[in-house]
Amino acid sequence: MTTQPKTIEQVKRSRLDPEPIPRRDFLGLAALWSAASTLLFATVGMLRLPKAAVLPSPSKKFRVVLPESLALHQPFIPPGRSVGLFKAETGVYAVSIVCTHLGCIVKSSASGFDCPCHGSRFSQDGSVLRGPAPKALPRLAVNRMCDHEFIVDEGEIIEASEAMA
Amino acid sequence: MNEVAAKNSETSAVRRFLINLRETPSRFYHTMFRSGKPESDRTRSTFIFGNVFLHLHSTRVHRWTLKWTTTWRLGIAALSSFLLTLITGVLLMFYYKPYPDVAYDSIKDIHFVVPTGRFIRNIHRWAANVMVVVVILHMVRVFYTAAYRRFREFNWVIGMLLLAVTLGLSFTGYLLPWDQLAYWAITIGANIAQSPREVTDALGITKYIDIGGLQKLILLGSEDVGEEALIRFYLLHVMILPLTLTLLVAVHFWRIRKDGGLVRPIDADLRLKPEPGLYPVFTQEPKKTYSLGAIVRGKTPQINQGPENTLPAMPHLMYAEGAVLMLAIFICVLLALFFDAPLKELANPGVPENPAKAPWYFLGLQELVSHSAFMGGMGIPAIVLLGIALIPYLDRESDGTGEWFGGPGGKMLVLRSALFGLGVVIAIEAFTIHYGWIRQWWPKAPQLLITAINPGTLLTLFYALYSLWLVRKYDSTRAGALGLFTCFLAGFIVLTVIGSYFRGPNWDFYWSPSQWPGH
Ligand code: FES
Repeated sequence: MTTQPKTIEQVKRSRLDPEPIPRRDFLGLAALWSAASTLLFATVGMLRLPKAAVLPSPSKKFRVVLPESLALHQPFIPPGRSVGLFKAETGVYAVSIVCTHLGCIVKSSASGFDCPCHGSRFSQDGSVLRGPAPKALPRLAVNRMCDHEFIVDEGEIIEASEAMA
Repeated sequence: MNEVAAKNSETSAVRRFLINLRETPSRFYHTMFRSGKPESDRTRSTFIFGNVFLHLHSTRVHRWTLKWTTTWRLGIAALSSFLLTLITGVLLMFYYKPYPDVAYDSIKDIHFVVPTGRFIRNIHRWAANVMVVVVILHMVRVFYTAAYRRFREFNWVIGMLLLAVTLGLSFTGYLLPWDQLAYWAITIGANIAQSPREVTDALGITKYIDIGGLQKLILLGSEDVGEEALIRFYLLHVMILPLTLTLLVAVHFWRIRKDGGLVRPIDADLRLKPEPGLYPVFTQEPKKTYSLGAIVRGKTPQINQGPENTLPAMPHLMYAEGAVLMLAIFICVLLALFFDAPLKELANPGVPENPAKAPWYFLGLQELVSHSAFMGGMGIPAIVLLGIALIPYLDRESDGTGEWFGGPGGKMLVLRSALFGLGVVIAIEAFTIHYGWIRQWWPKAPQLLITAINPGTLLTLFYALYSLWLVRKYDSTRAGALGLFTCFLAGFIVLTVIGSYFRGPNWDFYWSPSQWPGH
């Protein structure tokens, strides 16, 4: 009897096309999955690092003396601060002059405040007149110390209604 | 006893030592270049694939690839300008100090004191600009020759990432001098990262999910722009982004190689005239085919296909690449000699410039951002990048592959799309400049409305609808892709031009800078 050479169809799989894994490779799979999950958790953990943990946030309170000659509704901007202080009939209020769009410092103008970066305009009391700014300029907390001396807290935003000192 | 041993026994060790010493230079040369001088085609091939840097080259290239009109050599030009920025950048690192108090002065030192410092800094800046231009042109070339098709789809996506990293490198680069441009660019950039608050604030959910705040915090490393921010951008600029770019470039090139070189039309061989030069070209019909089953796709050499029409890469491609590198160096050096890299006044947190303009490649974005921070800065760029990245997955036709403006509609379609794209963007911008937008008509308008419906989003919508219409009209996804890409390109150009030349103080529209009010 002559032996027939095996036809290709009879060889179900070659070495390069191995059989499905479960039976033999449980350990291999376990290694793979544990490695993958370790990497995943390690990556998530590492991402935690660049999120600033040390926040050097000094107090944003400062003292300011308003000039006596300051006219009503005329902004006074203390040097080095991004706050505008206004005298009104009932007292003094403070408006942040950091644009609510993307953080440029707005300039006071005839109509209120203009932003140089993308053209937002705000009125005297901070509400948006034009442009991309999504919100009004916020009011900041002010406290009167004595006649012309005030403490402003740049870090504390308050409602416009309770913003007089 | 073999020959060497026999020889050894005849001469003393001291003599052998002297002989070895004398032969060392030539032996050293041979061990370095193992193939000998690249004089025959065979040694030319070994020269390439025996070299760790060159083995990404194929040893032979198709003659179609070597035509200037196929690629304009833009990929190599991009690589060349990257190498230039890399080398000049490392040189600048000798003197640059990434700390707010001294960064500005160290740039001044580089510019005015360090020998050749100004020249090197100028080259660094110009090469970076050239890189941005060339990378964009390269993408345009790949798109219009439909080279993103089958097997290369993922490489197109890698290309998008490369574009993003290139822009990231440019952005982080101009932050480092800590001048007015740098300071306000960081401020604006960080607030763009924070702009999802525009939406979460409007919905009143910022207290619970504050993606924007988190992004800003990670970028700045603090609540305010300061030393932490500068260190972070420095780290991005000199380590993270260049390494990412290098890695992506390697993958990009490797895949081109593995996909059989650059794309060419199926009938490229028929269309090429016979090679007139001295070099022999592989032109024989293959007599046999070999199946390399389980390792490569198909059969090698390819069956039922004509002559291979290839030339050795060693002189042909590599000389062309050398020429492109020289051209890039020439252009950058020339620009560097005549135009200084700018340095504005020292950063002043109290007063932004008016107008505060980004470098040219971001002015289109700045124009969009001036309609809505979130949509202009994050939403629309994300949509555009995603749209462009998806093109190869949505257009899977094969007509016109490897040909300029190939596909249904061809050149005429591109021309018409360009006109449409230009028309729409100019109309929308003109309308906005003339009549303003919702906030001006109705100051109490809810922010969500403006975020959703602003000139930028309308523009994107029109372009998307137009390209869908093209898909239907021509019954072809390629036609849609051609329309979409052309429109985006037209929009980008027009917005950039408006931002560059027609915006003045307070981002108002002026026909020319001479009309700007003094301030
Ligand atoms: S930062 Fe004020 S309008 Fe953009």
